[in-house]
Amino acid sequence: MVETGLKLCLKQDHPIKLDINLRCQNNEILALVGPSGGGKSTVLRAIAGLYPIQQGYISCQQELWLDTVNTINRPTHQRAVGLVFQNYALFPHCSAQENVAMSLGHLPKNKRLQQAIILLEKVHLKGLEQRYPRQLSGGQQQRVAVARALAREPKILLLDEPFSAVDQVTRRRLYKELIQLRDSLAMPIILVTHDLDEANLLADRLCLLYHGVSLQSGTPMEVVTSPATAQVAKLMNQQNIFVGKIVAHQPKKNISLLSWHDRLIEVGYQSGYDLGERLCWMIPETDVILHRRYQVSKGERENPFSGIIIDYMLLGGYVSVLIEIDKKRKMKLTMSVPLHVARRNGLKKGIVITVTLLTKGIHLMPFESLR
Amino acid sequence: MDWESLLLSIKLSTLTVIFLLPVGIILGRYLAYRQFYGKSLLQALLAIPLVLPPTVLGYYLLVFLGQSSSLGRGLEALFGQTLVFSFEGLVIASIIFNLPFAIQPMQRAFESIPREIREAGACCGLSPIKVLLKIELPLAWTGIISAMVMTFAHTLGEFGVVLMVGGNIPGETRTIAIAIYDRVQAFDNQAAATMSAFLLIFSVIAISFTYLVTERHKKYYG
Repeated sequence: MVETGLKLCLKQDHPIKLDINLRCQNNEILALVGPSGGGKSTVLRAIAGLYPIQQGYISCQQELWLDTVNTINRPTHQRAVGLVFQNYALFPHCSAQENVAMSLGHLPKNKRLQQAIILLEKVHLKGLEQRYPRQLSGGQQQRVAVARALAREPKILLLDEPFSAVDQVTRRRLYKELIQLRDSLAMPIILVTHDLDEANLLADRLCLLYHGVSLQSGTPMEVVTSPATAQVAKLMNQQNIFVGKIVAHQPKKNISLLSWHDRLIEVGYQSGYDLGERLCWMIPETDVILHRRYQVSKGERENPFSGIIIDYMLLGGYVSVLIEIDKKRKMKLTMSVPLHVARRNGLKKGIVITVTLLTKGIHLMPFESLR
Repeated sequence: MDWESLLLSIKLSTLTVIFLLPVGIILGRYLAYRQFYGKSLLQALLAIPLVLPPTVLGYYLLVFLGQSSSLGRGLEALFGQTLVFSFEGLVIASIIFNLPFAIQPMQRAFESIPREIREAGACCGLSPIKVLLKIELPLAWTGIISAMVMTFAHTLGEFGVVLMVGGNIPGETRTIAIAIYDRVQAFDNQAAATMSAFLLIFSVIAISFTYLVTERHKKYYG
């Protein structure tokens, strides 16, 4: 079978530990996420040939760029990569047009400037061709950087935290443009970001990197709702991660019973865990459902928990609510509800509410210490 | 005004600049980008002319370039004449003495180019030589110009090394700085004052020019 897209395998112990396997298909946005120092930018730099790797293999669109076993290592200028740097790295002595033309070395000299104008028009920068980077806003600079990266007709587009230096309003507009761009480009796109919301919004798949190791890859939904380990869940910013144990399996009812301290929780049937086995479990904030305070809710029989609101935090159009279920046992749950729901139910600090833990939202993971 | 000495000084300064331009670019760039074992030692050796009394440097050059050393004998065989007390010897001494004046500003200029800018050049498909010509040199040119102007001005006014290595041979090794000294010794204060004023004005212009281009560069490129 012919390999399209990107295939990458990096392994080294020093100076930065790396143990990463990645695949990215054409027309796919793969987000590399994880905390700072996890190796996200290093992976991009390795793909571009800007970071020397001790052991590795990188092929892109059937071209072999790196194969340390056979001592193949194409220099950066011979790898057709389009890289948008975090701070764009535009050439300060060149106008927007000249910046883009710098990437058009494959065209005859007399056609480069003309083609640069066409490319700048495509990224909505018509009329700004003669401006220097210092005369452009952050969003405009990012567009020049994207036009320059694509001018070379690359086989892969690499984006290194491209939205970190622009304001919120510009960022939203650029998100839309990136999604449109993905549909029009027949190449893999790798996006490095530390913003999980951004990754969830833009990526088709994401890969979580931690200390140079890829911990889990999958669709954003898979990684968020079905993390392989509690560590992955923590790194994906899950708030409701706890230790419990399986106390009963009821395959006929397709459920298992999980004990959380002295409380029983119904979860989907989990044959992979033995009775009495300690494990970690989690539930996304969005799968903790508020019972309407002034009306009986239909779903109140499904894992109901009552508690007192001890923290209430407004985050954009959502409210994050911390509920204390049992103070002595330090049992707390975090729930996220839309602002209008919080208002309608009069949520505030100090009141008692009841919530349901959706059975389908509860995910079990092998035991590990949560400290 | 001793025009012969002035012309000799200009010729010496020009040749020094011509020789040091590629050396400064190559070594300055190498020191700016690379980390290697012994880098501090190499930088210290290159900076020695800044702190060493010119007469001391001149003395060692006299010893190493003279007929008593094997290097001196080798160079004599190569050039067909001894290098001490000759214009060619003066050029070699001047190049060595001006190494820090040429290399250090260029090194700083290359260091000030962000790594991402150079990498972006490579990602645009530019080969290393094209990155140097199209990205690095246009961004480092103020440092390079400053280095060349400082080297030129410094060579024009150099006294100690020139006197030790070249002596005071009219038309061969008597530079304008030596001529000033010579005129003072001969109580010809008028000529000494004219030549000194010339060197002073030239130095002020040279320094002002380097500050001007540096400021303009900062204004445009930060």
